[in-house]
Amino acid sequence: MRHIISLLMENEPGALSRVVGLFSQRNYNIESLTVAATEDPTLSRLTLTTIGKEEVIEQITKNLNKLIEVVKLVDLSESAHIERELMLVKVKASGAQRAEIKRTADIFRGQIVDVSPSLYTVQLTGTTDKLDSFIQAIGPASILEVVRSGVTGIARGDKVLSL
Amino acid sequence: MELLSGAEMVVRSLRDQGVKYIYGYPGGAILHIYDALFKEPALTHILVRHEQAATHMADGYARATGKAGVVFVTSGPGATNAITGIATAFMDSIPMVVISGQVASDMVGTDAFQETDMIGISRPIVKHSFIIKHASEIPEVMKKAFYLAESGRPGPVVIDIPKDMTNPIDKFEYSYPKKAKLRSYAPATRGHSGQIRKAAEMLLAAKRPVVYAGGGVILGGASTPLTEMAKLLNVPVTNTLMGLGCFPGDDRQFLGMLGMHGSYTANLAMHHCDVLLAVGARFDDRVINGAAKFCPNAKIIHIDIDPASISKTIKADIPIVGPVDSVLADMLAALKDIGTKPNPDVVASWWKQIDEWRGNGKMFPYDNGDGSIIKPQAVIETLSEVTGGNAFVTSDVGQHQMFAAQYYRFNKPNRWINSGGLGTMGFGFPAAMGVKLSFPDDDVACVTGEGSIQMNIQELSTCLQYDLPVKIINLNNGVLGMVRQWQDMVYNSRYSHSYMESLPDFVKLVEAYGHVGMRITDLKDLKPKMEEAFAMKNRLVFLDIQVDASEHVYPMQIRDGAMRDMWLSKTERT
Repeated sequence: MRHIISLLMENEPGALSRVVGLFSQRNYNIESLTVAATEDPTLSRLTLTTIGKEEVIEQITKNLNKLIEVVKLVDLSESAHIERELMLVKVKASGAQRAEIKRTADIFRGQIVDVSPSLYTVQLTGTTDKLDSFIQAIGPASILEVVRSGVTGIARGDKVLSL
Repeated sequence: MELLSGAEMVVRSLRDQGVKYIYGYPGGAILHIYDALFKEPALTHILVRHEQAATHMADGYARATGKAGVVFVTSGPGATNAITGIATAFMDSIPMVVISGQVASDMVGTDAFQETDMIGISRPIVKHSFIIKHASEIPEVMKKAFYLAESGRPGPVVIDIPKDMTNPIDKFEYSYPKKAKLRSYAPATRGHSGQIRKAAEMLLAAKRPVVYAGGGVILGGASTPLTEMAKLLNVPVTNTLMGLGCFPGDDRQFLGMLGMHGSYTANLAMHHCDVLLAVGARFDDRVINGAAKFCPNAKIIHIDIDPASISKTIKADIPIVGPVDSVLADMLAALKDIGTKPNPDVVASWWKQIDEWRGNGKMFPYDNGDGSIIKPQAVIETLSEVTGGNAFVTSDVGQHQMFAAQYYRFNKPNRWINSGGLGTMGFGFPAAMGVKLSFPDDDVACVTGEGSIQMNIQELSTCLQYDLPVKIINLNNGVLGMVRQWQDMVYNSRYSHSYMESLPDFVKLVEAYGHVGMRITDLKDLKPKMEEAFAMKNRLVFLDIQVDASEHVYPMQIRDGAMRDMWLSKTERT
């Protein structure tokens, strides 16, 4: 099953490499990873998605927690949460295609953030599924470039991941 | 406040931490620190002949004392030579602080002379590592390093120090912190009382309980409560390779080591047990044999300080995370509080079964032959007898290691010192040196083979310089014994590169290094010569003992089988 693991870690050089190293060292799988400093500049928030059996996920969370620089950790997929990914897509948009792309972007609540005579750059946020669906809807033939941020997320309701 | 340079801070921090010994080798990037060390009389530095030996010396010291061993190495090759020793310590959870010199900060990343990314290279084999970014942070980092190395599940910590951080001209205020502040690190201090009570009840109701105790009991200083609890419940105890000595080897309740080369009784008791109490052990693949067939009827209670060790390979029914000493003490209290004793008839019938498996012979039977050739097993039995079971015994890796584990009777913790996890050949001799330095009045024996000893034999020179009269018991069968055993059993006796066709004359070699060498070829000389060697308190004696090359280590578990599936000799199996 797919899990979204989100953690707070010391915002220090080397901390990220320890997290990433753990995954290769122990043969865990990593689907996406996103990291940036938080409102507290001494802390970084890292979110990663991984797929594995429950026993493997248990070992992943235990071993992440063991890293000295990891301060707190939550498996967001264990309870209600919001997940988002940002995608920028450069698509061919000339002739009749141009209106069609615009309509499709509207349906997905995407925005056209850059325009040239022959292409659009569409910005889209949402779950991984929604982003995948947009790519399908546009069709791979029209797509010139895709860049995705990787999944980030936050728990719903009163739950907070903080010190 | 006093003003010190970074180099002086390193040395002063070590002194304030209570460190006595440093094992190391100087070189360009760490020379400022060595210069500061020159002026510090409270610290004794041992100059090894290869950095790997420095790490193993520190490791031997740590295993015997429970305190972190300290290593100095320079950048580049000094650092990479230390890697095997750091990995060895990591696999066996041994506290160690390794201080590596690094090229100056402004040179880092330029492929400078003797530059290597020590933090990167060591990352998967350290508990944690630090790179010094400013000289003033050295005392705080040193304090953290020792705290991390020694607390929780211990392990090696690397501090990489760029040369400019130790510049003797740049001085900063020095004070050594009393406590390490780490907001993200808090090892468990107590086990969960509800879980402990449940475990106590499960043990009391058990029909065929077994205690499986590992190196964590020794690291956690929990031999006393473990022994007390085993006695209270009258439960059989088996030890892992790393746990030997945590329960008295001479005790009737001791079944011997378990696992791949464990005793028949221990492996059978494991297979048939209904409640397994695992303490400070990690269900290693060399212990459990085929995971799917492991202890088919057992409920498993697992006590460990490291949550990641629990349910890693074998699922625990009652996991208890906490320091083994306090958890066992709490469990003893819970047992006494419950007040009932295990049913004596049930206990008696379990012991009857175990005694049947045990028989009347030796725990590890072997064929002594006609006495024309020395059996390696006999050497260890003689060693155990001559030293009264009281020596510190270190070992290298291979058949001799297994024979030492099987035939030496360890009655005290911290006395059996070997590389169990990584299986590092070349470990035993420097480890023995580290022990001898701290326990000059005790017998320290390194059990080795002609293969392993040559991996760090250069340290004979260090032993002369620092007067380290260890005894080296070289089980010389002229072949890489464990490799050959596997080649016999798995590869139809095709001895691919398991020969040592150009062995040195070890007696002459050790004499060249200024020590005493003796060759033993006759069984009747074995005991008197060994006694003679141990009587020479102030000399390093190398006993080159010619032993039977055809001998295999038995029992040997059959791959992917259950605990009970073993070869008992070349022709018999369970």
